[in-house]
Amino acid sequence: MGRSVALPGAASVAPVTDPTLAAAVHRAARGQRLTALLLVGPLLLLLLFSFCFPIASLLGRAIYDPTMADSLPRTAAALQAAPDGVPPDPVFAALAEDLLAAKQDNSLYAVAKTLNSLLPAARSHVLRAGRFLQPGQPATRESMTGADPFWGEPDTWFAIRHGVQRFTTTYLLAAIDLRWLPDGGIGQVPEGEAIYRAVFVRTFLVAAAVTIATLILGFPLAWMLANLPNRLSGRLIMLVLLPFWTSILVRTAAWTVLLQKYGLLNDLLLWLHVSSDRFDLMYTRTGMIIAMTHIQLPFTLLPIYSAMRTLQPSQMRAAYSLGARPFTAFRRVYLPQVMPGVAAGALLTFILCLGYFITPALVGGPADQLISNFISNYINVELNWQMAAALSFILLALTLALYGLFTKLLGVDRLKLV
Amino acid sequence: MKTSFRLTGLAALAAGLLATAPAVAQELTIVSAGGAWQAAQRDAWYKPFAEKMGIKFNEQENSSTLALVQAMVQAKNVTLDLVTVETATVLRGCDSGILQRLDYKKITDRSKFLPGSALDCGMGLDVYGDVLAYDTTVLANGPTSLLALFDTKTWPGKRGMRKVPQGNLEWALMADGVPIDQVYKVLATPQGVDRAFAKLDTIKNDIVWWQAGAQPPQFLASKEVVMTTAYNGRIQNPIDQEKKPFKIAWENQIIEYDMIAIPKDAPHLDLAYKYLAYIAQPEINGKLGSFIPYGPVVKDAAKFVPPETLAKLPTAPEHMKSVLVADVEFWGDHGEDLTKRFNAWLAK
Repeated sequence: MGRSVALPGAASVAPVTDPTLAAAVHRAARGQRLTALLLVGPLLLLLLFSFCFPIASLLGRAIYDPTMADSLPRTAAALQAAPDGVPPDPVFAALAEDLLAAKQDNSLYAVAKTLNSLLPAARSHVLRAGRFLQPGQPATRESMTGADPFWGEPDTWFAIRHGVQRFTTTYLLAAIDLRWLPDGGIGQVPEGEAIYRAVFVRTFLVAAAVTIATLILGFPLAWMLANLPNRLSGRLIMLVLLPFWTSILVRTAAWTVLLQKYGLLNDLLLWLHVSSDRFDLMYTRTGMIIAMTHIQLPFTLLPIYSAMRTLQPSQMRAAYSLGARPFTAFRRVYLPQVMPGVAAGALLTFILCLGYFITPALVGGPADQLISNFISNYINVELNWQMAAALSFILLALTLALYGLFTKLLGVDRLKLV
Repeated sequence: MKTSFRLTGLAALAAGLLATAPAVAQELTIVSAGGAWQAAQRDAWYKPFAEKMGIKFNEQENSSTLALVQAMVQAKNVTLDLVTVETATVLRGCDSGILQRLDYKKITDRSKFLPGSALDCGMGLDVYGDVLAYDTTVLANGPTSLLALFDTKTWPGKRGMRKVPQGNLEWALMADGVPIDQVYKVLATPQGVDRAFAKLDTIKNDIVWWQAGAQPPQFLASKEVVMTTAYNGRIQNPIDQEKKPFKIAWENQIIEYDMIAIPKDAPHLDLAYKYLAYIAQPEINGKLGSFIPYGPVVKDAAKFVPPETLAKLPTAPEHMKSVLVADVEFWGDHGEDLTKRFNAWLAK
């Protein structure tokens, strides 16, 4: 990273030292700043209401779930006196009262569903309790466990204690395959259920693979486009942009036609006698990365191309004339100046890949699903938006951390988009 | 002169427009899963009902309807009157309080429905079977039972299966020797779940997973698989209309109901109930079978289904020799954790 190379337009402004002059400059600039603020005002408001606010409210679901606390207030209060294990009679009486009240106002099902997320199969036990509990008959530990042994299990009460807390870390922990243990510590989820850490790693690896593939394909292509005569490069860039304007779904569907077992690519390979067998390209990681690379190529290419276009060819000639070998000139003069474009393109592709959903769903196999596919499953199928929010939260946090690292390594001022 | 002529023309035009503008018809917004199934509903039910009531249907297609409803209910801006949902998910919508608890007094006597098809929040629309399908030009002597999925010795090759635990775990247990009436009892135990996954393990590398109902016939047509699980209607339609050489194996099919539900705070509640009452009439309920081979859910409707259609239904007597009826309550309890376990298993 040749930081010593001065960038055009990066000349530093001499600091203003005279205090009265500084104040005068400040006053003069205030009006301008106000105008500027008014001009971007609508955009800021739009961002606030259509971006920041919805994201914050969705992410809030990851840690805030008042369903059980609202429906079981007496149980929550009674449990204060019984911090662990199966609680004594008063808690059972409170629970019975709460459940009957919940049945009255139709919130029993919501309680059952929330508890079911914390403890598999709890749903039907809660609903059954709603049937066997009778108003006016105070429930005791004996009567409830007698009617359904479920209520005498320590696991049940462990789940209820967690459920009645409005603010919970259960979902965030579950999103990284961890859980609260009955002894108050944090432990791993059972082996058969651990999944998300592997999926996060997979998501980042796939994004990295696609980014590298687009760089390998995009860098030479951008160089060629930047060095061709204007008219020719203009036409060629159209070829890059044309697929860019086509919907992602259409392009992904086109890849399924090409990649499938009896599809065009396999027909071609067979016809050319490259192979005597048909390859399985659909529903594989390879096929998915091919399709994603094709879709992402313009995102990587365009910033690199724009960085290369602004570079004066005379600089390279100057380097040669001063005795640099071609590789040295490339490494010390060319690369440092196009690096901001390369970094911007790579970052753009990498971050977009982290959110890929359609291509893994259609072209990838079951072991190629990325984190977005799981988030969508929780949103659309399970209707467990808490879990979806928790996974989104982790994804956002990891992405921001990575972005921070990236810009720190390269310098945010050097990032340059199209 | 010219101007006044123009004005007269405009006035005449405006008068004409006013005269022909229809009285604003009530609009019933319905979301269904699209494809051949929604087309069949349109011909059998939407059009005649709209004509009878003088209303219009605003049709939408969506495959994640409940999430849409949940978002609308939470935003307090529900614009949907009717939604069709799967049995497995109707319970979740019901529990979350985003679907109306149906008042069957406004529809028809609840006992007139097949058992398990008149739920608190969802009324059955039709019966379909999760069956096995194959291409007779690929397998001349194809299997007759779904358990062939697990018999890779007799039937080698890729098999298509739906990427959900529902159905697959049940078939795995049946193939492992569990009697049909014990399947859900065994599956409710941790050992039963392990047993089902162990059985699925034996064919894991031979499975191509599908997600949308339209995929299995495509898999067969592109010869991606030798056999695939499918909804019976999605296979019967290409057989009937495109003369595809597909065949259905019915033994050990799983019977499920399609459901229709009314979202909470639906804008045209009365009209939505009238529609439910309309399609719950036996002679109307039976009509759907003429357009897609899904059976009626109303008991007396069978006699209104044409006999040649009746033989293609999952509920035809010769198809009912060994069937499992999907257990909604079981999947309400275990759906979430089994899905998680299933996804973890897939990713391994």
